[in-house]
Amino acid sequence: MSLPGASAMTSPGSLAAPGAAPDRGVDPVLEIRGLCVDYGFGDDAAHAVADCDLTLGRGRVLGLAGESGSGKSTLAMAAIRLLRSPGVITGGEVLFHPRPASDGEPATTLDLLAAGEQELRAIRWSEIAIVLQSALNALNPVSTIGAQFDELLATHRPGLGRASRRDRAGDLLELVGMTPDRLRSYPHEMSGGMRQRAMIAMALALDPQVMILDEPTTALDVVTQREILEELMGLRDRLGFAALFITHDLSLLVEFADDIAVMYAGRLMERAPAASLFRSPRLPYTYGLLHCFPPMHGERHRMDGIPGSPPDLRDLPPGCAFHPRCQWAIPRCRQDVPKLEPLTGSHREVACWLHRDNATAPPELMRPDPAVAQPRTAAVSDTSAERAV
Amino acid sequence: MALNTTILSEPNPPAGAAAGTPRALRLPRSPKVIAGLVILVVFAVVAVIGAWIAPYSPNLTNESWVQHVLVAGTGPGTHIKADYYPLPLPPSGAHWLGTTVFAQDVWSQLLVSTQATVAVGLLAAAISTALSIIVGVTAGYLGGGADEGLSLVGNVFLAIPGLPLLIVLADYVPAAGTSIFLVSLIIAITAWAYSSRVLRAQTLSLRNRDFVEAARVSGEGRVRIIIVEILPNLIPIVAASFLFTTLYAIGAYVAISFLGLAGSPTSSPPGLWNWGYMLRETFANDAVRGGWWWWWAPPGLCIALLGTGLALLNFGIDEFVNPRLRVAGLSRKAARRLGISRRPKLGLTPVVRRNVINVTSAESRTP
Repeated sequence: MSLPGASAMTSPGSLAAPGAAPDRGVDPVLEIRGLCVDYGFGDDAAHAVADCDLTLGRGRVLGLAGESGSGKSTLAMAAIRLLRSPGVITGGEVLFHPRPASDGEPATTLDLLAAGEQELRAIRWSEIAIVLQSALNALNPVSTIGAQFDELLATHRPGLGRASRRDRAGDLLELVGMTPDRLRSYPHEMSGGMRQRAMIAMALALDPQVMILDEPTTALDVVTQREILEELMGLRDRLGFAALFITHDLSLLVEFADDIAVMYAGRLMERAPAASLFRSPRLPYTYGLLHCFPPMHGERHRMDGIPGSPPDLRDLPPGCAFHPRCQWAIPRCRQDVPKLEPLTGSHREVACWLHRDNATAPPELMRPDPAVAQPRTAAVSDTSAERAV
Repeated sequence: MALNTTILSEPNPPAGAAAGTPRALRLPRSPKVIAGLVILVVFAVVAVIGAWIAPYSPNLTNESWVQHVLVAGTGPGTHIKADYYPLPLPPSGAHWLGTTVFAQDVWSQLLVSTQATVAVGLLAAAISTALSIIVGVTAGYLGGGADEGLSLVGNVFLAIPGLPLLIVLADYVPAAGTSIFLVSLIIAITAWAYSSRVLRAQTLSLRNRDFVEAARVSGEGRVRIIIVEILPNLIPIVAASFLFTTLYAIGAYVAISFLGLAGSPTSSPPGLWNWGYMLRETFANDAVRGGWWWWWAPPGLCIALLGTGLALLNFGIDEFVNPRLRVAGLSRKAARRLGISRRPKLGLTPVVRRNVINVTSAESRTP
């Protein structure tokens, strides 16, 4: 494999067993602090993202889940300043910690929200790469995949000759499970899955430290989706990049992410290691999301879903934004906005009044946390076994 | 799997004032558009009421409205009978824009002329736009032989120089100058080809989009697809080309009147008063050399001003029809105050830090 420094990049973070503390002991690569994003200005502005804190550890996979319109993509796009007009960032900071230089000297941290165009251009793609949903629109339809790789490498790796650029492009395609002869293909000659693989290969071309995956597999069928994700997670283990994985498919995240953050109406509502979140959700909304998928095995039972629909961001209900749809809402939920705070006795965080002060949470939201009670559940060991392969 | 579709007990009311006015009815914010609209409205009002508020008839001649100057070497002291030549009067309280050498009131002429000039501009643009839509969109949508034929006609009209054709047509139809409709029709015939070409190109790119193909597959008729699916997407182009053609038509009308091809208001059958004819009279009587600016400047300025108004509106029209170009709720002034560009650069989302954004703290919004 010809990726420079790839083997040395497996940081301690990626070796940590799933279920470890989300922030503790992991050196962060991307830190989002108090990010606020509005669409529009003045009184009609919609607060699409309100005061979100998110830390992406080096080499880890952080899942960001939520319904359509909950602000997941807005959060990620704003964090790297790619959000289109009329999106405006109204507060917070996004810190990018580059990997330390080879002589051990710590690299300087960059606040992406204060960075200028040149600084942003310097880190985009080479340090922070993004894979979008529609691969057909992202690839230029009139030139071959090979030509697009060549152009990219010629620009960013000027030292490489024509032949070595071609080899490198072939290596990259092989990395994502395609054959190098595909370099001669035009985008329209490939299937959706292949195009998405090519996009991922292109995002990986400069060996980034952070990959932002904005619903990269939503347009694909479940089999291809799974193949690509397994490929991607294998690459993560080999190359050591950190990934921010945005999807509305919570079941996908449970399998592939280390930590999961759940968004609702522009706020982060719950954040926990994947297995903990799956086995023992603490937030009524997460509970509802998890109960939208029928289990493959076990008894048949009635699926409930979540009644109602997401609120209008320009006119959020008072208190917790989820309370009109919450079956366990207590009077306090209608008045005060809950903050994302650690639960007592664990490292997970939840924004829900049912877990605060002396409120009593219903038994559905009080299941034992596998990360605390029994460190390894069957589901977790399955996924880690797959990764070890 | 039955989803519980409980109706929420607490429906969200629509966001107050912001949702009150429909978007289309909101006043435009761009100063360019406002200036263009004001100019056009003033001219439109004058075009309608000009003939009523004009203090005199534009044809009325009054001997006392000119200064009589004795021709040197005639009159008393010579054996030649006294001969006088007229000098127009400069602007005064009685004649706001002075008079012409024919002892006519310039202000009245200007007011009355507005009507025909503006009417011909709009009518010619309407006819031309209709023609270009019919030919261009049909050619683009049908394709094949129909496209070849219609495009050929359009190309022929594009290749023929406009003004000579206009002159030939106007000369060939002697009654042209007496009727707004005839003049407009002649101008429209020379004006439609360009925008038809543009519309055809855009239709070609629209006809294979998925929503059009879906409509075709689901059995919608050709006419319905063109009117319901394709035309709404062409509105920005149609609107812009309408304004552009109006400008062209006014220029063309002024040109053929200036050349004397649109009849004279005093001949029989009488032509229409318009700014081009006013300019023709000033030119024929050496108004520029005589220094009688009140005679030749007003019609020229009116043409320039009306053209400016149309152009300004054209600049701003994209903002009306293309919602993406509109930055929600941000006026130019507000953008300057926030220190950001009104159309932010792609890939450089503006950061506007606000002090009062922290809504997470126990904020009590009583319902």
